[in-house]
This record gives sequence, C-alpha cells and structure tokens, in this order.
Amino acid sequence: MTYEAVIGLEVHVQVKTRSKMFSRVAAGYGHPENTLTDPVVLALPGTLPVMNKEALDKVIKAGLLLGCEIAPECKWDRKNYFYPDSPKNYQISQYDQPLCRGGFVEIELPGPARNVMGEHKRISLTRIHLEEDVGKLNHAEAVSLVDFNRAGTPLMEIVSEPVIRSADEAFAYLTALKTIMVYGGISDCDMEKGQLRCDANISIRPAGATALGTKVELKNLNSFSFVRDGIALEVSRQVAVVQAGGTVVQETRDYDGQTGESKSLRTKEMAHDYRYFPDPDLMPVQVGEEWKSAVRAGCPELPFDKQRRFQKEYGVPYTITSVLVPDRELSDFFEEAARLCGRPQAAGNWIANDLLRELGAATLGLAQSKVRPAHVAGLVRLVEEGAILSNAAKEVFVDMFRTGDPPGAVVARIGLGAQTDLGELERWCREAVAANPKSAADFKAGKESAINAFKGPVMRAAKGRADPKRVDETLRRLLAQ
Amino acid sequence: MPKPDDLRLDHVANLARLALTAEEKERFAAQLGDVLAYVQQLNEVDVSGIEPTAHAFPVVNVWAEDVPEPGLSVEDALGNAPEKRDNMFVVPKVVE
Amino acid sequence: MSEELCYSTISELSGRLGRGELSAVELMRAVIARTKEVDGRVGAFNSFDEGDALAQALASDGRRAKARAAGADGRGRHLEGIPVGIKDVISVAGQPLTASSRMLENFVSPYDATVIRKLKEAGATCWGRLNLDEFAMGSSTENSAFRATSNPWDLERVPGGSSGGSAAAVAAGEAVAALGSDTGGSIRQPAALCNVVGLKPTYGRVSRYGLIAFASSLDQIGAFARSVEDAALVLGAIAGHDCRDSTSVRKDVPDYVGGMAALAQSGRRWRLGIPKEYFGGGLDPEVGAAVQAAIDEYRGLGCEVREVSLPHTKYAIGTYYIIATAECSSNLARYDGVRYGSRSKDATDALDIYFKSRAEGFGPEVKRRIILGTYVLSSGYYDAYYLRAQKVRTLIRRDFLEAFTQVDAILTPTSPTPAFRKGEKSADPLAMYLSDIYTIGVNLAGLPGISIPCGFTRGGLPIGLQAIGQPFKETELLAIAGAYEGRTDWRTRRPRL
Repeated sequence: MTYEAVIGLEVHVQVKTRSKMFSRVAAGYGHPENTLTDPVVLALPGTLPVMNKEALDKVIKAGLLLGCEIAPECKWDRKNYFYPDSPKNYQISQYDQPLCRGGFVEIELPGPARNVMGEHKRISLTRIHLEEDVGKLNHAEAVSLVDFNRAGTPLMEIVSEPVIRSADEAFAYLTALKTIMVYGGISDCDMEKGQLRCDANISIRPAGATALGTKVELKNLNSFSFVRDGIALEVSRQVAVVQAGGTVVQETRDYDGQTGESKSLRTKEMAHDYRYFPDPDLMPVQVGEEWKSAVRAGCPELPFDKQRRFQKEYGVPYTITSVLVPDRELSDFFEEAARLCGRPQAAGNWIANDLLRELGAATLGLAQSKVRPAHVAGLVRLVEEGAILSNAAKEVFVDMFRTGDPPGAVVARIGLGAQTDLGELERWCREAVAANPKSAADFKAGKESAINAFKGPVMRAAKGRADPKRVDETLRRLLAQ
Repeated sequence: MPKPDDLRLDHVANLARLALTAEEKERFAAQLGDVLAYVQQLNEVDVSGIEPTAHAFPVVNVWAEDVPEPGLSVEDALGNAPEKRDNMFVVPKVVE
Repeated sequence: MSEELCYSTISELSGRLGRGELSAVELMRAVIARTKEVDGRVGAFNSFDEGDALAQALASDGRRAKARAAGADGRGRHLEGIPVGIKDVISVAGQPLTASSRMLENFVSPYDATVIRKLKEAGATCWGRLNLDEFAMGSSTENSAFRATSNPWDLERVPGGSSGGSAAAVAAGEAVAALGSDTGGSIRQPAALCNVVGLKPTYGRVSRYGLIAFASSLDQIGAFARSVEDAALVLGAIAGHDCRDSTSVRKDVPDYVGGMAALAQSGRRWRLGIPKEYFGGGLDPEVGAAVQAAIDEYRGLGCEVREVSLPHTKYAIGTYYIIATAECSSNLARYDGVRYGSRSKDATDALDIYFKSRAEGFGPEVKRRIILGTYVLSSGYYDAYYLRAQKVRTLIRRDFLEAFTQVDAILTPTSPTPAFRKGEKSADPLAMYLSDIYTIGVNLAGLPGISIPCGFTRGGLPIGLQAIGQPFKETELLAIAGAYEGRTDWRTRRPRL
C-alpha cells in the first residue's frame, strides 16, 4: 500500500517592531543579556500590558497579503503554563478570536530543472494570531540561565491547514511565506536569529483516503533544510511503523538536525491544560474598513504576482525573474533600471548576472552597491547605441561597480569606445582575408563557418574594440566581391 | 455546573504549581467544597442570551505607538533575583 | 500638640503649611512620633523609612519656599507636604513591596506606581508600607504573613481588610490620609470598621499600574481620609488616564472639591435609593439602626429617599469568588522564585522551584483562592463557572444601572457587622466571604462607592454608611456623602490608644 503525508505547519514569525508587544522597551536581537527588559517584561508585581499598534498593523498587513479575513473584532487571552522563560507564567495570546482567519500561501514546487518553473499551488491557512515571545534559556552544566531580552517580542503564529503533502511542499511553503513577510516589511524571518520558527504536525494515511491519521508534532525544526529533512524523516518513520504492523502514537517529537534523528518529547497523556481566559488587562481590538484600507495602501505586490508581471509585461524569462523577484529591493532596482532604459531584458540580465556576481564577490548587499539603476540603464543604452561593445561593457560594469562612476565617464576614462573608423576596419578585414586564402576559398565554396577564421585577427588588430556585427558585415561584403 | 466534590485537588494543585501537604489537602477540600456548594446557586440564574462582562467599561483599541522608551538597567533587572550569574537568572537545569 | 496635628485634615494642614505656621518636616516628625508611639499596639505598618519620609518632607518645604520666593501662593497644591500612607501592594521605587506575603518579603521595587508618581508630583510624602491581607485577599488583615493589624477602636478586634493597615493608620493618627485598593470592599469595609472615610473610585478612574494585581477586572486604588473633602483631594491627585494601564479611562479629571462645594451650594435635592435586598438577614441590628438613622438624616436634608431593587444581589458573592479567584490564579502565577521573590531552599530541579517556593511563599487563603481559580478555569469547567459568572456579572451590573435611572445614589450599610474579634472567622472562609455582601456588587458593576462614618455600637465600635454612585460621577457621590458628614460629628471622634 502507498501512503500519503498530511502535514500542517505552525510557523511563528517575530514581528518587526521597535518596541515590544506589550511594553515600550526596545525589541532587538544580539544585545547583552537582560538589557532589553523593563518592569513589564520581567512581570514585576503591579505591571500591566499595553499593546503595540505597529504590531497590529503588521499582522493585519500579513493577513491582507495572504488573503485572510481580518476579524472585525478580536480579543486577548491568557494561556497559562509555567516555564522559566515565561515571565508571567502566562502568555498573552489569542485563543478563539484570532486577528486573521483563512487565506493562503501560493507556493512554487521545484521544477524539472533549475531554470524551469515548477508547479504552483495554494496552501490554505487556518488562522494568524498575535502573541508575545518568551525569553531564552541558556543551558550550562548544572543550571539553566535565563535571558529575557527576547521576552515580549511580538510574535505571530501562522497556522496552515493540514494540506501540505510532502517535505518539498513544506519547504516551498516556508520559502514563499518568508518572501512575503520580508516583502511586507513584517519580519526579517532570519531563522538563525529565531525570527521564524516552525513546528510541523504530521500524519500519514493510505493514498486517497480522506480520514486523518494520528498526528505527531515535530519541534525544533530550526532551519529551512531541517524542516524539509525532519518532515521527510518523520513521514518515512510513520510509514515504517505502519508497514511493520504498528500504529503511530500521538506525541511530540524533537528533531535534531545535526544528527538527522528525532526522539519523543512527550505523549498525549502529558498534554497541557492552558486555562485560557480573556485577559482582563487588555481591551479588545476592532478593525474597521478605514484601518484596513490604510494598511492595504502600504501593501506591496505579492512576489509571484510580480514575477508573472515581469514575464508578461517585460518578457523577462523565468531564469531571470526567479533571481530578481524573491528580493524585493532587487526587483525594485530592476524595475527602475528597466524604466530608465526601456530595455527590461537587457537590464534584467545585467542585474541578475553581473551585479549579483560582483556583489557576491565583494560580499556586499544591494543597498551598499555603488551601481544604481541609472548606471545599469546607462550601460544598456550605450551598448544599444553601439557606442560600446558587449565585451567592453563587461569591463565598464566592473569599473562602475568599483568606482560608482557613470558608464559614460568610465568609457571616456578608459577609452573603450567602439571602433567607428570604418576605413580602418575595412583595411583590417582586407588584410585578414588576404592573409588566409584557404579559408576565403572554403567560405566561397559554401562553408559558412570559415568566416570565423578572419574575425580573430580583425579583433586583435582592433584591440577588441571592433563591433562584431560590423566586422561580420564587412567580411561578407569583401568575400562576396 | 459540575458537582463540587469534583474538585480534583491533586490535578488542580499540579496545574497551579502548589505543593500541598496532606493536612492542607484535607482542609482545602472541605473549605472549597463549601464554597463550590455555595456558588452552585448561580445555576438558578437564567443567563440565556446574556453577554458576559469582561470589562465594566469596555472600550476598544487601547494601544501605544511603537516608540521605544528606556528600560531597566541590568542591575535593576537582576536586583531581586534569587540567584544570578553572568547577568542572567539562574534556575536548576531545565530539561523539557 | 503632636496628636492634634496627626488628627488634622488635609484641608486644615494645607492651610497651616501654606501660611508658614507649620513645616512639612514638623508635620512629618509629628506623624513619625505618633506612629512610634502607637504602632506597637496597632500594627498598621509593615515598615516605614523615616529618613526617606523626612527627606521628602524637607524637599516639600524647599519647593514651598521656592514657590513663595517666586511669588506663587501655592494654592491648589493641597497635598504639598502631606504624609500619605501607602498600602504595601502599591509600588514605590526603592521601597519594599511585599503584599504582606513571605513570597515578597525581601522584594524592593525598582519603579513607581502611577499613583505614586502622581502623589509625588502633587508634593505629598509617600509614607510607610501599610499592612494588608496577603495579596489583598481577605476582610480582616489577619491573612498578613507578617502581623495582624489591630482595630484602633478595640485592639482585640480586626480593622477589616484587606486594606486594614491603611484604615487603622488613618484612624490611629499615623497618617493624614492613605492609599488602599478595593477589589470587593477592601477600602470601604475597613474604613467602616475604623471610623474613617474610604473611597473606591469608578473602575478605570485611577491607574492600576504599579498596584499588585489581585483580580484585574475588579481592582481599583482609592483613598482613606478623615473627611469626604480630604478623600476628594486625594482622588483629584491620583485620578486620570494612564497610558500604562489599558483599562484606565480617557476622561478629564474634574475639580472634585470645587464640584462638591458647587453642588452643596446649589441645594440640589438628591434622589437616594435604598436596595431592599441589602437590609435582610445577617445585618447586625445596631448597624441597621445606625444606617436607618443616617437615611433619616438624608430625608431631613430634603433628599428624596425611595426603595430600589437589585434582584441579583444574592448571586454577587458567588459571582465574585469565581471571577476574582480565576483572575488571581493567573495573576499570581508570576510569583515563582525565578526572577524575584522567595525561592525555596529545598528546590532541587526547575519544577521543584515552582511547587516548593509557592508552597512556602503563599499563605493558606492565597493558596485556597489560587486552587479555586485554577479549578474554575480548568479544561471542561470554564463555561460552567467562569463564563457563567461573567454573564451573571452582566445582570448584576444591569441591576445597578437600572436603579440609577431612578436615583442619583444608593445607600447601604458598608458591612453587615461592626469589627469582629480576631480569629472569629479565620477558620471559616465562606463566612468571611459572606461578610463582603454589601461591597462586592459595586466592584462587579465597576461603580464608585464610599464609606463614611455613621455611628457607633453601644460597645463603641464604628459603623459605616456606604453610598454607591453612578459611573464616573464621583463629584456627585462625594457631595452626597459630604452632605451627611456635615450634619454629624462621627468623623471627629478618636479612638483611645
């Protein structure tokens, strides 16, 4: 019998705000221990929460980008459990009235080859709610040390429906989700900084069945590849259990990406009783049309929509859009360059190939690049006008990247203007033909490729500055005589 | 409403993280049994169609703008810590 | 001399300070001396910081001198230099904050509650840490982990609670006024039992930031004072919206004293309601008689007195003990010995820290309420208890709002009995809970309430009259209380200590 996997992901994403969810001390990563606390964060006696408007705005934005229904009214609940990283020993969360419901994430599955677009699919969402992060436990030999810098950071939980069918789909889902969050400025989603965390609920069932199998919760999937590998491992583990005649036990398992193994953390009998109840310290949130419109006005175009538009409007191929689009700044950079030069394909090539290569080699981000869209557009125009040749243009690009000078200035400075003295070009061509009568005869006898034998000497004579198209025309004219 | 003898004292004390002595358990069971028996009278009230009151004077959208303010110094943050090390709070080793 | 000063009202002292007849330091010294003289018997204070109090008083004198030199008359700053006692559940930066619990025995708070910031801005001297029932849970102050406070009128009896220390301190002349907190009567009941004025403002009128939470949807900070006017002065200083408390209300703070005076002058004929459900069984006959006499006094003032009905009164205690304990079970989860608070020496693992620290740190009443609150919120019980209680709360609140369509205020006894003997009810929590019957509804409905002295039993124990006002109409409530107060001299009587 064949089995199919049924996977739902619970993704926690830290919302990018300057201050914390329920108090105004700064939020941040990488600060010295316990320097981002205040009486509220430490849950000192007498302190009260006050919600952060920006966090609400950003979760509404996430909801709008993901096609969710934004709740007209929602409230805050306390989730009661004791843990040393939880200062109040309850977490302020949203239980039965999440801020967003429904919606979906459009994903792209791996294509048959890297340069071929894969299948697109929509993964439905159950809900998105807002809550607060906990502190961090650092384990020493005999003790644990608690740092509350992270405690109180706004955290949204994005829960998918159990409609993910494979580890690859889960990976694609996270990739798409991250891209959208980063696009919206909602979160940086850096998994290494804990800004995105993922738990998976996994079950299997006979292929084609509709009933759900017993689910296992897989935790500590703390990188994109761990998510994929951990899920793949769990699916195969469950299939093996069932095929051996066993049954899958409902439990929580911990995946260790280093060893590639998972182990049971707790079974259902130890499940929590969180005693949710409405937090009396906080007032409900009402989201009217006006608020939603204001947030909508700040919503960017979704990445896949943009990719389709680039391909359709600009005729830029998938190989280029798949490089440009996942990075919002890069795609904006491209659009600006394309607008300035009117040659989107050429601009896209320069950016996706040369610019990214140079940035990579210099380990710089786009923001630090001295090459701006106007540089790219200018270069594209110079090539278009035949003022420089593409080989020379590559050299110009490298120079611009280093100096930040406009392309025209670079050309003037290093003298890479295309050879335009036609008399001289014709003389070089005549000399080349005269020096190689065999190839001239071959060409005249119909061997088309023989013409290439003249081009090297012409280019050498021209020190690379001859326009290959013009060289070709000139040679053909001379050989036809 | 459930029966008051259903207090499940051990389970509830576990949820509340309270170690109770045998004597406390006995006494609390009796005392809270009385209280729970007393609150059974709420069953008499017809609450159909009645909205719960969470706040006496409910308003909505009470928030602050996202502008950071200074927090506590590390010294103040750890000022009341029962045990501290390396500017962190010490607890016995936590194993999930 | 010293005792006279200590029993003066804020209005009197403010006048003398303003005229330069008295300095804040002299006043503070007198209060310190009085406290040292009587607190061994009264036990109102958990602690006091004499040096800090004198430094605050000295700073006040400095401000006054500076203002005078600048030509300001200092009028309007009634609390400048006045020692105001603070219930040990309200946070004062650099001072202990114990909630009268072993759990917080050594806790020193690094921040000021909003009311403390406001009192300091008004120039008041924040004075001492006043005893209470542990975490404000109780009606007798016997649940303090540190000491039982005595009623200054009979040292064998309780001062009421939970703000028993605040009430006793004002009654014994150890503070000119005091702050307390009221979740189910914790200001009004001890005020009644100690012959002082106790004002619980409308929920949301005063910021709770810095008040150790017992039951967040019911807690409210208020004032103990020697007169209704003094209570109005303190309320004026501490009231107002606070961006640190999401439940505090955005409403301007009126001039309570000016408003009271204007209403008194207007000769407005108040309509007063007497809830029939509040005069049934369990009401001590002497208390009942004193309250009836007070009602007659109002009739004599030309007020219109009529019977009203609060039909869900009998469900108030049950509703209260479900909601309050549920909220407290969660509010008190933070006391775990991890970041602060007392940590059990016997704890061997992380889980042990919770179980043992909380077992050692909390007293029996706190444990009982945590257990009850945890139970009513636990899986499968939430709807039957908590949700139902919140719905009954709606009905109780409606009763009051319905009554207020007919009357301006409601008059009731504050407590069914005068001060009881220490130990009399401590073994029977339910009996103790039932004594909150007249005060609890006010918290469930979020209304303002005030207790004012209205007589004494033959045995010399104080009796309180409660007036319940409409939401945010503290000025009217104070004016109504002041009208009666002006016709009697109960408030001027002093206990023999």
